Amino acid sequence: MWIYFGRRLILAILVVVIAVTLLNAMLHLVPGDPAVMILGPRATPELIEAFRVRMGLDQPFHVQMATFFWRLLQGDMGTDVFTGRSVAAIVLEQLPFTLTLIAVSILWAAALGIPLGCFSAIRRNSLLDKVTGLLSVSVISIPAFVMALYALLIFAVELKWLPAIGAGEGFLDSLEHLILPAFTVGVSWVGYMARIVRASMLEVLGETHVRMARAFGLTERRIVFGYALPIAILPTVTLLGVGVAYLVSAAVFAEVIFARPGVGALIVEAVDSRNYPIVLGCVLVTTALFVLATLVSDLVNALLDPRARESL
Amino acid sequence: MAGAASPPESAAEGSVLEVSGLSLDFGSPRGRIHALRNVSLSVPRGRIVGVVGESGCGKSSLAYAIMGLLAANGEVTDGRLLFEGRDLLKLDQRELRAIRGQRLSMVFQDPMTALNPVRRIGELMTDIQYRSGRSPAEMRRRATEMLERVGIPDAESRLAAYPHHFSGGMRQRICIAMALLVEPALLIADEPTTALDATLEVQIVHLLKNLQRELGCSVLFVSHHLGTVAELCDDVVVMYAGEVVESGPVREIFHRPSHPYTQALFACDPGRIKQATRNLPTIPGELPDLVEPPSGCIFKDRCPERFEPCDRLKPPAYAAGEGHRAACHLLSPCRPLGSGPAGEGAR
Repeated sequence: MWIYFGRRLILAILVVVIAVTLLNAMLHLVPGDPAVMILGPRATPELIEAFRVRMGLDQPFHVQMATFFWRLLQGDMGTDVFTGRSVAAIVLEQLPFTLTLIAVSILWAAALGIPLGCFSAIRRNSLLDKVTGLLSVSVISIPAFVMALYALLIFAVELKWLPAIGAGEGFLDSLEHLILPAFTVGVSWVGYMARIVRASMLEVLGETHVRMARAFGLTERRIVFGYALPIAILPTVTLLGVGVAYLVSAAVFAEVIFARPGVGALIVEAVDSRNYPIVLGCVLVTTALFVLATLVSDLVNALLDPRARESL
Repeated sequence: MAGAASPPESAAEGSVLEVSGLSLDFGSPRGRIHALRNVSLSVPRGRIVGVVGESGCGKSSLAYAIMGLLAANGEVTDGRLLFEGRDLLKLDQRELRAIRGQRLSMVFQDPMTALNPVRRIGELMTDIQYRSGRSPAEMRRRATEMLERVGIPDAESRLAAYPHHFSGGMRQRICIAMALLVEPALLIADEPTTALDATLEVQIVHLLKNLQRELGCSVLFVSHHLGTVAELCDDVVVMYAGEVVESGPVREIFHRPSHPYTQALFACDPGRIKQATRNLPTIPGELPDLVEPPSGCIFKDRCPERFEPCDRLKPPAYAAGEGHRAACHLLSPCRPLGSGPAGEGAR
């Protein structure tokens, strides 16, 4: 058990280090000197040089990375180039908006997608199954940002049922502001989950132990929910863990299109202005989020499956 | 529950299960596979009836047809399955469920996949007693008792274990314990020892025999292993390519096999070959295509004794001895006794 967590921790650190290093390398490959970008075209060479030294940009790449991780170990994620505020504070300020969006999106998608998948599998080839299958493929294949734009145009601009931009204030207002972004971020996941739950449910329902349960006259409800679902849900749980990473990128466009605050909007703005410390800070947080999500999904798997539990 | 618990006694037959004229098709891309054709047999009360035949002869399909657990592409086209006087084929799903797990239970071929991997043994064993009206503590006590009877050491604490904690042999013991826990009138065992190694096979067979004697239920034992059948069963039904070719008491069949197929089967049994040999004998030829079964005798293409009527006529079940019948034209000088290969003759 503790060996498992130790291993997971080392793995997590490796993932974060590699992700941040890769990103940093990419930032350096992008044309345009950040110092010039930030100080503007009329800055004197002396000013630029001084700024480069202050930001550590005059150091070779590996020294920059070493400095970054050394500071990180001390809990310092760097400072914002413009305001001089701590990056950690800025990112953590935006994080709750993104987390709420992701959580609400995934929850409603699971609450709809998992039962749809179940019933499609039980009533195979029924009307519900066929309609679900068709809709699933449709929502998976429509790009989410297209969906977001149309949802915005229809429900916010034309019908004026829902607010178009911002995150709102107070609980009810925030909820109202969440509906459209959470709908567009989650809707393709309803499709994914319905498909995957259906497939694994069909597989499990064909297994011998289900036949045996039927041979003992257990009710179909008990067989489906007590015997088959806990096994059929396992691949979906794993998928959800990985899916959080994709949801972060989905959150980026949702936050941009719906002009919501959040880590996604922050990243876009920071990349735009070559505000490296913020970009790195955001990536650090989202990577950590991803590692945490896969850990949680593994733990949920272990909770459901005694075989996985014992191999921890 | 009431209907299943007090069945009308079919005293005339004295049998728990009467299969008569059962035909079964499977849909396939090539056409309908006629997997069982006009199969009749009976399982007398308190006896063990073995169904033997090579792979693909339809013996497992027969077991699943009786349980009403055929795959979705399987369809019974004709016949009756009289179980305790009621035709199982005429019951709806709810009535069937009332019989399954109360009057009728089953042990499956592969114990490694038959137990739900995420439920504890105790949960599995109390789940199947859900209609008994017993208290949870009582259900657990009975489960423990039955596990002890099938030889699971330290049974009480093992209730909390999961199936993957047990070896294959132990899992099959658990499956047998579950099947007998519900006190069925008929236990169907579908090759329960095939997935186990030889020593375990002997143990499981002895266990089944002892428990059957103690509990007094009937058993339909499906197997391709002749030695096991000889050891365990009272009566034997030999199947070939979806038809019953011979049936009778175990002693009769083993001492005087009358159908050329049964004889060939015995000739290929490694347990009966006295001389050490590198090449095991086989029956030449292949199983007939069951999409279009040939007319006449089903075994004619592989039969060493094939003669004139075999191509034209399907041989009826001729009497071959005391309660012993075989569907072969070689026996036709004997007095024919109707058309069902087993029927009342299996008594």
